[in-house]
Amino acid sequence: MEIVYVYTKKRSEFGRQCNFSDRPAELHVDILPDPSQMDNYIERNPCDNPTQCAQEMSEHEVNTERFQTETRGINHVEGGWPKDVNPQEMEQTIRYRKKVEKDENYVNTVLQLGSLMEHCIKQNTAIDIYQQYFEEEEVSEGAEEQPSAKTINVFRDPNEIKRTATGLSWHPDGAKKLAVAYSSLEFQRATKDMSFDSYIWDIENPDKPEMTLKPVSPLVCLEYNPKDSHILIGGCYNGQIAYWDTRKGSQPVEMSTIEHSHRDPVYKVIWLQSKTGTDYFSASTDGHVLWWDIRKMSEPTEKLILDPSKKGNLDNALGAISLEFETTMPTKFMVGTEQGQVVSCNRKAKTPAEKIVCTYSGHHGPIYALQRNPFFPKNFLTVADWTARIWSEEIKESSIMWTKYHMAYLTDGCWSPVRPAVFFTTRMDGTLDVWDLLFKQNDPTLSLKVCDESLYSLRLQDNGRFLVCGSQLGTTTLLEISPGLCTLQRNEKALATAMFERETKREKILEARHREMRLKERSRSEQGKEEETKDVDTEESSEDLVARAEKEFFEVVEFELKKREREEEKSQSKADKEKEISEEKEAED
Amino acid sequence: MAEVEETLKRIQSQKGVQGIIVVNAEGIPIKTTLDNSTTVQYAALIHQLVLKARSTVRDMDPQNDLTFLRLRSKKNEIMVAPDKEYFLIVIQNPTD
Repeated sequence: MEIVYVYTKKRSEFGRQCNFSDRPAELHVDILPDPSQMDNYIERNPCDNPTQCAQEMSEHEVNTERFQTETRGINHVEGGWPKDVNPQEMEQTIRYRKKVEKDENYVNTVLQLGSLMEHCIKQNTAIDIYQQYFEEEEVSEGAEEQPSAKTINVFRDPNEIKRTATGLSWHPDGAKKLAVAYSSLEFQRATKDMSFDSYIWDIENPDKPEMTLKPVSPLVCLEYNPKDSHILIGGCYNGQIAYWDTRKGSQPVEMSTIEHSHRDPVYKVIWLQSKTGTDYFSASTDGHVLWWDIRKMSEPTEKLILDPSKKGNLDNALGAISLEFETTMPTKFMVGTEQGQVVSCNRKAKTPAEKIVCTYSGHHGPIYALQRNPFFPKNFLTVADWTARIWSEEIKESSIMWTKYHMAYLTDGCWSPVRPAVFFTTRMDGTLDVWDLLFKQNDPTLSLKVCDESLYSLRLQDNGRFLVCGSQLGTTTLLEISPGLCTLQRNEKALATAMFERETKREKILEARHREMRLKERSRSEQGKEEETKDVDTEESSEDLVARAEKEFFEVVEFELKKREREEEKSQSKADKEKEISEEKEAED
Repeated sequence: MAEVEETLKRIQSQKGVQGIIVVNAEGIPIKTTLDNSTTVQYAALIHQLVLKARSTVRDMDPQNDLTFLRLRSKKNEIMVAPDKEYFLIVIQNPTD
């Protein structure tokens, strides 16, 4: 629509142009100055005139109108129908439609559009125009990023008196829950008010534990049953073992009898692979490894005394601090001892003497963690004293690889379940180390200070992505590791295999060399012995020397005593003689 | 009339075609092979989309105009052939 404005003007008023012409100047007004006016004014001298050499700026406020946004949904109801058609009425709509279909324009348009559309449809069916070529190549190398770990959640011991988080166990399905065992392992440090409770946490909720477990004595270790996620067993500080069913509440369902339990805290319990899924075994520093069945907790099904001399002598027994069991090798298991040796045992042996197969020594202190590599079961990791060592089953003399000696004691360690050459260790200064043997062997790839107090335990989730570590004050930290450290790299398995084999071979060669050298020496010393038979007398053992020294000592003592007796006798007889003389003299008088 | 039917039938018989809707300039579905509620939803939403697309194209270059609109989603592809007064909408499941 055009906007039109109509106005009228007289004909005489338009059409005539203006004529401009020049005219000389005219003086209209001339005002002369009047000096008498000056009396009304005083001259101001001096004048203060401030100036500022700066940019002149002015302040101005502007406030724009607030832009209000609102999210609204649209409910599409049929619309657009012309006024005379009622959309609810089927008849009218059908009639309208039929009318449109008869329209010639409609027919032409549809025919034309139809052909255009057909073209495109056929295009679609011919080729997938959005097909991805080179799809696999697009997977970017995430390994370029720095390895890192992020703390996700921290679970603190809710009690006032903080206890150490000594045992950790992930829930077997989905790992949404974490069971933490709290106890105080320092000798006689447990006060009367210290609570015995251990908790099950939901990892999303760090404020309050999901469930409390109330044993009669603090739990040192705790394990979920991998087959039945409601059952947990815990080893207590007093040597007993208790088992819980989370459906039945906080009290243990059953406890092992005191007479048949361990005499020292139970440091580790592991579930066994069995048809019933109810077998497990436990180890403690009293030198026993006991096998139990959950259904009959009154006494263990089997016992083993860790006597390295294989005589079953309890006095000689080594105290067990860690256990290792791999479900792929159900007849073998390994025990890490307080004395620094790893004892490899065979469960199926007939006599107790044969049960202990061999020992690996090389550590200076108790072995806190012992685990086989999930990809290479022949190699296992031990964490003890200030180092972590990797061993091969075949080589008993020494470990094949070891870390340097750290400043702080190492307390726990485990392999990564997804990468064969990655393992984690925790230290007493609160640091978590991640070692990637294929990247760097001298130093940890990633070293994180998790907390100020010492870390005591470590557990990785099965996907290798999350790990929890427990500290001395009961603080359990949940960390997420960067994807570079938990995704299998391309050649990793092959490289790791090659590395372990290489180290094993090296140790074997060294062992062989040592043996050779020893043999040579022995044969040389045997030859030497035949020539030196005379000199055998001079070689006395230390015991003979001691006996000789004792004999000499007593001889000297006796000699002195006799001398003194003789002198006494002499003086005594002298006195008698004088007495006699004096008596004679008296008699004479 | 018969040609219209024939055209639409031909389109319908193509591989992967799930439905056809013919919508007029006001957004009223004239012809459809889908059920009523789906048709109404498609008609209203696509109508607005086409108007927006057309205005976008013409804003960039007034000489230009929208000839075809293809919307590919995870499950299917919606193709719209616009005209001055009517649109032809076809929903197809592309080959893959």
